[in-house]
Amino acid sequence: MNLSVTDLAVSRGGVPVLEGVSFALAPGRALVLRGPNGSGKTTLLRTIAGLQPAYAGRIEGAGERIAYAAHSDGLKAMLSVTENLRFWAQVFGTTDISAALRDFDLERLEDRLAGNLSAGQKRRLGLARMMVTGRPVWVLDEPTVSLDTASVALFAQAVRRHLEGGGAALMATHIDLGIPEAEVFDVTPFKASPRAALQDEAFL
Amino acid sequence: MIALLTRDLRLAVRAGGGFGLGLAFFLIVTVLVPFGVGPETGLLSRIAPGVLWIGALLACLLSLDRIFALDWEDGSLDLLATAPLPMEGIVSIKALAHWLTTGLPLVLAAPVLGVLLSLPLEGYFWVLVSLGAGTPALSVIGTFGAALTVGLKRGGLLLSLLVLPLYVPTLIFGAEVARRGAEGLAVQTPLLMLAGISAGVIALLPFASAAVLRINLR
Repeated sequence: MNLSVTDLAVSRGGVPVLEGVSFALAPGRALVLRGPNGSGKTTLLRTIAGLQPAYAGRIEGAGERIAYAAHSDGLKAMLSVTENLRFWAQVFGTTDISAALRDFDLERLEDRLAGNLSAGQKRRLGLARMMVTGRPVWVLDEPTVSLDTASVALFAQAVRRHLEGGGAALMATHIDLGIPEAEVFDVTPFKASPRAALQDEAFL
Repeated sequence: MIALLTRDLRLAVRAGGGFGLGLAFFLIVTVLVPFGVGPETGLLSRIAPGVLWIGALLACLLSLDRIFALDWEDGSLDLLATAPLPMEGIVSIKALAHWLTTGLPLVLAAPVLGVLLSLPLEGYFWVLVSLGAGTPALSVIGTFGAALTVGLKRGGLLLSLLVLPLYVPTLIFGAEVARRGAEGLAVQTPLLMLAGISAGVIALLPFASAAVLRINLR
């Protein structure tokens, strides 16, 4: 099933940032969102993840199929790496966390408290969370922030394995991930015309 | 859901989790009252049920802003919202975890602290019963307030201002049950009202909390 977005318009703080966005993402494909800072990539991803409503347009094939990773990793500093990962596995109704630990090279850190990890290690743990969700569409917001080249390669491998398994990935990123089959989607042309706030979005 | 509950309980008892803070606060407040009022056993035993109730209520208030604020700060609230758990379930579990780590210890500690306030012998049972029936309502109402103020800078004070008036009915009937119990009067009517308030907020408020949380997450 495709993730398809038709004529989508999203707003941030009541001000439209993007409009007329349309794309489709088939299983096994990856789409990389590009665009300058503030162009609305994060807002678009949050809307697709269901955290905020779109003010126009349609999103199909999202909802329960999406695993979302935001800028922050959502880790609990006082829980160990395995405890953090196992919690998310249980929430999403899966049990196996060993593959995620292995693929993101976290096995040696298993018993370390997440609060004692370096920024890059935390990010790796946050990305490993995507693997334990068991959901087909990964929506990733700047996944490679604070990762070194070796970790970016680990991440690219994990994404590629996910695509080979019939999954899909939608990523906002500025760097080259080394996934040549990923299509690039530039959001700049869809910038909404400047207008005053349409409505109080709390009551949408 | 169970995973979320065990995670919250585990976090509460680990370093920095704040478990026991409310309990220590409750202890200090009830110890301070005899110092302020003076060592008059008659007066103390008359005000003991009310003091225990106000102390428990304030101790409960102390930990409310942690219910969602910590998950909000590290981003896990966003991730939970996109997880397969219903938002109503998340807020109910959060309220339950708050009650287990704050409310329940207060209920169990109240009879012990009653000794410090020379609570009459008949009062111990009814203090226990009234707090047991009332503190779940405090946690659920508090969770609603925490959901309203999540993401606000220094929302803790606003949270207290919002939540304290909502605690009034629970306090009135809860303290009334404890007072009547201590004086050996019939407690049925206020106890039914108290239980009714608790049952009502447990049934209805999670929906309101989930709705405001969804709006706050945008």
